[in-house]
Amino acid sequence: MAIEQQKTPAGEKYMQKFPGGEIIITKSEELLKWAKGSSIWPMTFGLSCCAIEMMATGASKFDIDRIGSGVFRASPRQCDVMIVAGTICVKMGECMKKLYAQMPEPKYVIAMGNCAIGGGIFYHDTYSVVAGTERLGIPVDVHVVGCPPRPEGLINGILKLKEKIESKETYTHPPLAPSDHAKGGGLLPKAPAPKGGVEPKSGTQPGSPNNP
Amino acid sequence: MELSQVVQTIREKFPEAITEERPAAIVIKKEALLAVAQFLKSGELAFDNLHCVTGVDWKDKMEVVYHLYSFKNRFMLTLKVFLSLEDLSVESLCGLWKSANWLERETYDFFGIKFLNHPDPRRILNPDEWTDWPLRKNFDRPDFVRLPQSEGLKGGG
Repeated sequence: MAIEQQKTPAGEKYMQKFPGGEIIITKSEELLKWAKGSSIWPMTFGLSCCAIEMMATGASKFDIDRIGSGVFRASPRQCDVMIVAGTICVKMGECMKKLYAQMPEPKYVIAMGNCAIGGGIFYHDTYSVVAGTERLGIPVDVHVVGCPPRPEGLINGILKLKEKIESKETYTHPPLAPSDHAKGGGLLPKAPAPKGGVEPKSGTQPGSPNNP
Repeated sequence: MELSQVVQTIREKFPEAITEERPAAIVIKKEALLAVAQFLKSGELAFDNLHCVTGVDWKDKMEVVYHLYSFKNRFMLTLKVFLSLEDLSVESLCGLWKSANWLERETYDFFGIKFLNHPDPRRILNPDEWTDWPLRKNFDRPDFVRLPQSEGLKGGG
């Protein structure tokens, strides 16, 4: 091993101190990335039925403690990832923006289920449903499709996020779109909509990041 | 107890109040609502429970629906009031039934029907910033996504 070839006095000293042990040399950045990717702590935050699957994923049968994500924190200030599990209502969207803003960097978002990705089956003809997480100006790292996704799907999503964290130099989420916070209201319009109406958005995908 | 009995009793006291008699409901004049409701609650009819207030948008007019129940007579009565679009206000029944408070707030929240003399006339569920009424037929907002127009079923499948 490299440390044995160098034979520095300090190295020799430590090698002698721990007989039988091994020393691994690595870059501190790699170590940090490995640590970050292996302890992605989610927020205790469920919006609707996908949250049931998220709970199942955390429980003993699927047990995401194996991959270091079983520590559901009750405060956004102690979390690494927000798993958006369920349909986002307009009022909840405002709370979600606050929760996301409270999370410390580096922070990640997993959109779990079709509602969190693009509104799912609920956003048509409903006054109260937001068509996806990205509509709120919250960037999403991993989309997990399904209605709801199986716990295996969520585990796969967490592993994908881990891959993302470990693959790049320093992985951070994509930058926020022009924030709705600046406008103050976000999805809640101050003035009534003009009469005559807005054309239904056909041909565009409501959940895609290019169409916030 | 039958609906005809209730109608009979109201007609004796308020000859002009009932404008229409339907199989399961009675339609009464807007101006007579408070007096009739007071009469229904007290006295022999004893409708002591108001368990639903809601609205209907008929495009050319609005409707407020009250569901009353009498535990004494074991009878449910549906009371309807029609409002013209020019004057979307009706007397509040909070003084008679406490349950009317939130129910009327909800009706206001979704239809914009104003309840006069309501103790707390605010929105109840929707965001306070909203200025529109979601359950009206002409409701529209920039983030409101309508269902795409159906092209009907294709034959020959």
